[in-house]
Amino acid sequence: MHIIVCTKQVPDSAQIRVHPVTNTIMRQGVPTIINPYDLFALEEALRLRDRFGGEVTVLTMGPASAEDSLRKAQVFGADRAVLLTDRFFAGADTLATTYALATAIRKIGADYGAVDLVFCGKQTIDGDTAQVGPGVAKRLGLLQLTYVARIVSLDPDKRRIEVERRAEGGMQVLQSALPCLVTMLEASNEIRRGSLADALRAARSTIVKWNAQDAGVEDITKCGLRGSPTIVKRVFAPTARTDKAIFIEPGDRPPAEVLIEEIFARQPKLESDLVSLARGF
Amino acid sequence: MIEERFDAIVIGAGMAGNAAALTLAERGLKVLQFERGEYPGSKNVQGAILYADMLEKLVPDFREDAPLERHLVEQRFWMMDERSHIGLHYRSEDFNEERPNRYTIIRAQFDKWFSRKAQAAGALTICETTVTELVQDAYGKVIGVCTVRLVGQVHADVVVLAEGVTVLLGTRAGLRQIPKPETVALAVKEMHFLPRETIEARFNLKGDEGTVIEAAGAVTHGMAGMGFIYTNQESVSLGIGCIVSDFQKSGETPYGLLERFKRHPSVAPLIEGSEVKEYAAHLIPEGGYKAVPQLFGDGWVVVGDAAQLNNAIHREGSNLAMTSGRLAAEAIFQIKSRREPMTRANLALYKTMIDDSFVMKDLKKYKDMPALLHTQSQNFFLTYPQLVSKAMQSFVRVDGTAKADKERTTLRSFVSARSWTGLFGDALRLARAWR
Amino acid sequence: MTEPAKTPPRPAARAAAKKELPEHFKAYKHVWVFIEQERGQVHPVSWELTGAGRKLADKLGVELAAVVIGPDRAATREIVAEAFRYGVDLAYLVADDVLVDYRNESYTKALTDLVNTYKPEILLLGATTLGRDLAGAVATTLLTGLTADCTDLDVDADGSLAATRPTFGGSLLCTIYTLNYRPQMATVRPRVMPMPERVERAAGRVIEHPLGLVEADIVTKVLGFVPDRDSDKSNLAFADVVIAGGLGLGAPENFQLVRQLAAVLGAEYGCSRPLVQKGWVTSDRQIGQTGKTIRPKLYIAAGISGAIQHRVGVEGADLIVAINTDRNAPIFEFAHLGIVADAIRLLPALTEAFRRRLSPHSRDRIAS
Repeated sequence: MHIIVCTKQVPDSAQIRVHPVTNTIMRQGVPTIINPYDLFALEEALRLRDRFGGEVTVLTMGPASAEDSLRKAQVFGADRAVLLTDRFFAGADTLATTYALATAIRKIGADYGAVDLVFCGKQTIDGDTAQVGPGVAKRLGLLQLTYVARIVSLDPDKRRIEVERRAEGGMQVLQSALPCLVTMLEASNEIRRGSLADALRAARSTIVKWNAQDAGVEDITKCGLRGSPTIVKRVFAPTARTDKAIFIEPGDRPPAEVLIEEIFARQPKLESDLVSLARGF
Repeated sequence: MIEERFDAIVIGAGMAGNAAALTLAERGLKVLQFERGEYPGSKNVQGAILYADMLEKLVPDFREDAPLERHLVEQRFWMMDERSHIGLHYRSEDFNEERPNRYTIIRAQFDKWFSRKAQAAGALTICETTVTELVQDAYGKVIGVCTVRLVGQVHADVVVLAEGVTVLLGTRAGLRQIPKPETVALAVKEMHFLPRETIEARFNLKGDEGTVIEAAGAVTHGMAGMGFIYTNQESVSLGIGCIVSDFQKSGETPYGLLERFKRHPSVAPLIEGSEVKEYAAHLIPEGGYKAVPQLFGDGWVVVGDAAQLNNAIHREGSNLAMTSGRLAAEAIFQIKSRREPMTRANLALYKTMIDDSFVMKDLKKYKDMPALLHTQSQNFFLTYPQLVSKAMQSFVRVDGTAKADKERTTLRSFVSARSWTGLFGDALRLARAWR
Repeated sequence: MTEPAKTPPRPAARAAAKKELPEHFKAYKHVWVFIEQERGQVHPVSWELTGAGRKLADKLGVELAAVVIGPDRAATREIVAEAFRYGVDLAYLVADDVLVDYRNESYTKALTDLVNTYKPEILLLGATTLGRDLAGAVATTLLTGLTADCTDLDVDADGSLAATRPTFGGSLLCTIYTLNYRPQMATVRPRVMPMPERVERAAGRVIEHPLGLVEADIVTKVLGFVPDRDSDKSNLAFADVVIAGGLGLGAPENFQLVRQLAAVLGAEYGCSRPLVQKGWVTSDRQIGQTGKTIRPKLYIAAGISGAIQHRVGVEGADLIVAINTDRNAPIFEFAHLGIVADAIRLLPALTEAFRRRLSPHSRDRIAS
């Protein structure tokens, strides 16, 4: 089996620390990590590989520094890592990104063996929108199974896959065919810690680096800013509400009581609503 | 246990560890390096000042691509009391040389670069891997390490302990004692972001010039310690630290000290309007020569902060770390070339080399200073700064008092605070410890 | 970091992007809203979108259409009728029993066929699991622009859709346009737009369109559906009172203070994202841009700094009360009431004070 996992390197917003005295959140811009959602996808891919044999290739599109997260993916056990990096990819929206990724996936299939499954994480933590997975599937003509909580079964010979997919109010049980694209839900598994042998192998390996040409991009105008139908026109700070919060100064009185009074003063109906809501006290 | 063997295992990818790994790899040895942090430098905290001379011995053309902040053209020493400071200020155009001697750096970026150099030379560096213990044979010889990873035991001819100031492995293996609280300082620092032009205007710098302020005195409330302010490209690092046992005794918090330092009228204007983006704390070895443990044994050597190789008086640590890593690697290489085993007797070569270098020579020179400053901390860090400050003010103010009278008053204040014997004693002790 | 010394054509600069709509797109008109239904139930976000769509259509002077895709049953046609009660001018319907369950292949074909035939200038979908599964596939098939998770939709004077959303990881908003492609697609998360009024009115024009697929054409099969067991499922999106906690709580054990206050008020409880990332609380309780958007009557935020990603999730609340030890925390920029206090101490005090106040034996209680 040849499984590709698409990952993205993102700023580590989880490394938010609270300042010990002022209690404000302090953001560290520097550290980047593999998008945590992608790790669930990677673990699923590794498990399938361990069970059915084959290889896992991790693919990332990003700046040169994204090499760091690819190395980490290799330490988890991926067999191969490909970095798609080219300044022509810069400024890409979803459509341009999926074009580049799909092209690279086709090349990976041609160079390293036909692709049976493509995994993506559900979405990225840097505010992304879960659109890359479906876009890549469409471009490659792959069937797509999103929000998969569990892979129920896989038959590489019969080319069949069965999954549980999250829907409103429950799980759809779907059966589909390989090759297909799967986006994994979070908390569906837990990423393993690579063995020392995996880590050594990763430290020794070279990451395959492709620019647009290497990846087989035929039409550079479909990449990056030029290939993006959406364009960001304005970036602005949210308008500060003219009236900021009114601060409650309790003075000598117990703060909780003063606060409750202020709340009910502003929302008189609320108290009777709460009485009917509240139960079991 | 994995089958593959290595010539050397280096524990830690900080200054000492990277220097050792780089040197070993360049000499053609098979090196495996472990770092517990996510990336080299993620666990390291330093002011930070880079000493070019020592780095040049490892990476001669480091100036080409190392992430350097500012090269230092000015050094200021401040003795502070609550509202004033007396400064010794040295600045020279000479420091704007082609190959500047000192730079400010940011450790997270520098260590990554340094580690890449070691890896380019052939060292295998594995991060996010804590070494849990040293593996010893029946005779107590260190033959390898155990890591947190699955099947994570690996053997080598020699293990270089560059694990930093919290020497868990060494103590666990019974190779040394836990450092005493009197021999370690706890320092905290913040990085304050300011526009480049603001930094240049406030500190009187142009281009990539940088300045360093090292401060002592009442800011540490009578405890033995020091504060610092370093200029980076677009930020100012400032911090303060004191001996851990002093913190324990006084009940002060490091963060409280830092706040006071920042609010000091000499410091506050320098960081006005800044955005605090990072807060970090770290332990610093302060015991000096007398606290240096056994540096070598059967199958192991210890380098850098783990070996307490820190010259607190001159705030030098990273250069001693780098040098000790390099020398340890050279010693190991020599033993290997002679095809001899890494026994304690053979590894004594490392100690010989380091004794012969500035590392031990400097530490020996100041071996009595830590104790002196510590036992006399109230005097040196509180009383004297206050006295000297008042003396300076008296000297500087023009208020109609006769100068001779002023001098007499000043002298009397010194004597009443410390008595003649005290004053002479302090002077003598200081002179002796300095020599 | 050395740059390769190439001299290929330089990547296009932003300023050079021409605002020239290709001729064949000029015929695209009207605003469409995809009405998401599963097993005969419409996801409320679809109605919220008809409200937003109505405003856009009015500004553009065009029609608002609902797109209903589902099985050929009475329930589906009832959904079409319901859409008119939420103010659409016409409805497109693809009714075929092959569509009884959502599947990407069939729904993507239905929607893209409709778009290619009837050519809308704007297409809106809800950012739900179904919506996101569908929108990306449709946008890629049509090779058009998609702006996801929008917090505001408007039209410019020249008729372009201006879709605003927070920028990733930042404390800023950005407005995105799809200049040279049609339709301009956008998704919006549930509860971001207000629910419009439902008015009894007669159904209007319905245009039916064939699916053009039979079951044998579709590879993915639905083997079954397993409904969720009720358990501790959160109902944050529709709760009237929500209490939430953030990093200011300090330690995971303190989160129970939030739950206790919520219990006394019969309220829902939630948290900011960092707590989910740290594993203190499950992700279904996350409030914010990538979590749930809420519109309660009362929202109490304890120890939450108020970053933009959180703000956009709670701005629709009637009364926002913030508790934080930092007077300068961003949350006080958009909260209505603020108190500088330690949540760890104030929450239990509030719980007790509310308990007393709302108890049937309390003399302080206003007679209802």
